[in-house]
Amino acid sequence: MTSDVPAIHVEGISKRYRIGAAPASRSLREALTSGAASTIRAALERARGGASPGDFWALDDISFEIPAGQSVGLIGHNGSGKSTLLKIISRIVAPTRGHARIHGRVGALLEVGTGFHPELSGRDNVFLNGAILGMSKAEIRRRYDQIVEFSGVEDFLSVPIKRYSSGMVMRLAFAVAAHLEPDVLIVDEVLAVGDAEFQRKCLGRMDEVARNGCTVLFVSHNLAAVQRLCRRAILLDRGRIASDGPTAEVVDRYLAETAARAEPDCWTALASPHTPVPKAAVFTAARYIDPQRPNCHPRSMGPARFEVRIAATTSMPAMLAADIADELGNKLINLDLWKINGSHADLPRGESVWRFDLEHVYLKPGRYFVTLWLATTTGSTIDYRPMALRIELASDDPMRAEGDTPNQEDGLVPCRASIVRVGEREPA
Amino acid sequence: MEGGLIKGAAGDPEITVIRPGAVSLGSRLAELLSYRELLYFLVLRNLKVRYAQAVLGAAWSILQPVLTALLMGLLLGRFAKFSTDGVPPFLFYFAAMVPWTFFANAVTSATGSLVANQQLIRKVYFPRLSLPLAAVLSAMADLVVPMLLLLGTMVVDGVPMSPGLLVALPVLLLISAVAATAIGIGFSAMNLRYRDVQVALPFLVQLGFFASPIIYPASRVPEAYRALYFLNPMAAVIDGFRAATLRTHALSWSDIAVSGTTALALLAVAMVYFARSEPDFADLA
Repeated sequence: MTSDVPAIHVEGISKRYRIGAAPASRSLREALTSGAASTIRAALERARGGASPGDFWALDDISFEIPAGQSVGLIGHNGSGKSTLLKIISRIVAPTRGHARIHGRVGALLEVGTGFHPELSGRDNVFLNGAILGMSKAEIRRRYDQIVEFSGVEDFLSVPIKRYSSGMVMRLAFAVAAHLEPDVLIVDEVLAVGDAEFQRKCLGRMDEVARNGCTVLFVSHNLAAVQRLCRRAILLDRGRIASDGPTAEVVDRYLAETAARAEPDCWTALASPHTPVPKAAVFTAARYIDPQRPNCHPRSMGPARFEVRIAATTSMPAMLAADIADELGNKLINLDLWKINGSHADLPRGESVWRFDLEHVYLKPGRYFVTLWLATTTGSTIDYRPMALRIELASDDPMRAEGDTPNQEDGLVPCRASIVRVGEREPA
Repeated sequence: MEGGLIKGAAGDPEITVIRPGAVSLGSRLAELLSYRELLYFLVLRNLKVRYAQAVLGAAWSILQPVLTALLMGLLLGRFAKFSTDGVPPFLFYFAAMVPWTFFANAVTSATGSLVANQQLIRKVYFPRLSLPLAAVLSAMADLVVPMLLLLGTMVVDGVPMSPGLLVALPVLLLISAVAATAIGIGFSAMNLRYRDVQVALPFLVQLGFFASPIIYPASRVPEAYRALYFLNPMAAVIDGFRAATLRTHALSWSDIAVSGTTALALLAVAMVYFARSEPDFADLA
């Protein structure tokens, strides 16, 4: 590929959704009865040439260029338009306005294992999935042995994958995706699934692909992964580009702007997500305190308490979790109600407050970010707030000032310890 | 040009242009051709999945028309004494059920094809037309054994294999395939928006069953209505199947021409409707 031609050129891309205009369950009768009214409304709207109150602009005038061979991370809150942008660039949905031009073969990976069928054997699924991702039969055949070796499920290839464990399916699916060799690779949050080992393997492979000169556009909530893979990042906020530049700067800006900086013992309001359809339940506010010293930052290795307010439109059981991550997005502590109590959160209609009590927080003093997650009992996300709350842990050492940042020499994890002399020997 | 995708010249690098609105039909078809291997794998998937864990497997493709024709032969031919143009009732009904079973199955599975593959539509780009097409092609694979059986009964019966017959059957099959593709393409796109289509479909197929010369010979249709009657593509296909395989009457090439034209016109309308709806598919799925 010649490097003077951008691999991805996006100009003025906008995408409008009509709220309530096309839910999946819309029936013919509704269309017939509301058809006339909506036609008139649409005509009026065109005459005004503008937005109607029912419009939702998921993307608003997005323009950027990516030179061939560059890896770019796309970050932003849920509902900021990341996924919509990826879907437009991978041609799954059409833009409302604007255009884009892509040089080279496009490989889009918005999900691992798309089109896998439980009744088909592992082998059949490799070929079907490969063809769906745009590989030719000859290409799949040529890479088949590598794919199989990468997946580690050699012995089960003639067995229908419904007999596989979910981990095996995931490994096989990723093995196919990893052997896609496009000029332009578009990857959505596929790393969110799978265990640490799997994620490490995925990242390693993406690194390799990028180093081979492939242009990569990568969406992730995992800021550490974005920083590792991409020198450049684009921050989307409410459908617009908020920042575009070196990854470290963009990530800083993202963290500074999006994470509500919480003060101890004060409720911090969490803005409603920018989505067209109202959610069944949302996080409305959160706070954190040191349960022993109100109005103070919790101390490193001391107790800490988090509280979240959830507003639900109807009473329902849900899965509730919070995690604490460092500034790079590395998850350090995971507080999952199901894993801790073995039960679901029974959300009443209206607002409820949930308390997370941590006995000892073995983290060094410093800045951390709390991510909140609410899902149905089957695990599909209702509200997800990556790095929603920024918190501070104070030093437990009275000699050190609060907010004094510890340095690298302190090690990753603090620990209560003592060092004493327990023996001695006289020199001979 | 208003298309959403224009591939570059044959050499590399390929250039993809993304724009609002529907894509021109020509570039759609060219693209479909470049995705023919995907079509092959989709057909293979449909066939394998359909017969996975089925003891009788592909034998079902023959049981459906044979059992229906046997029952019709007994109830309609022997008991109710319907006219079968002087042909043994089983053969009379079987000759009609072979193309009809294909048509009904093809239309039904093609209509549901986009809704059944919503997950794919939401997550990957590929020519959406390949889904209803794969459904029709899979139904066609199920036509092979019944066709062989039909030809076999003709040999046993001593029907002479004339050149006209050898030309007529492929032409008739092609018309039924075009008609099934047209209806399947149009309905699949409509079904993604209005799920009413899949609810109404069994009823519509049943109407088609009575509107086609299956349980009665086409010769019973009054002369005044024949022109209208043969607008139904399956009318000429089924009548032609009987004429060719059972020698009940001479093949009417003019009726076949009318049906063929209707089928092609339907296909054109369906393709345009499909192409217009396509940009919204991922949002509707």
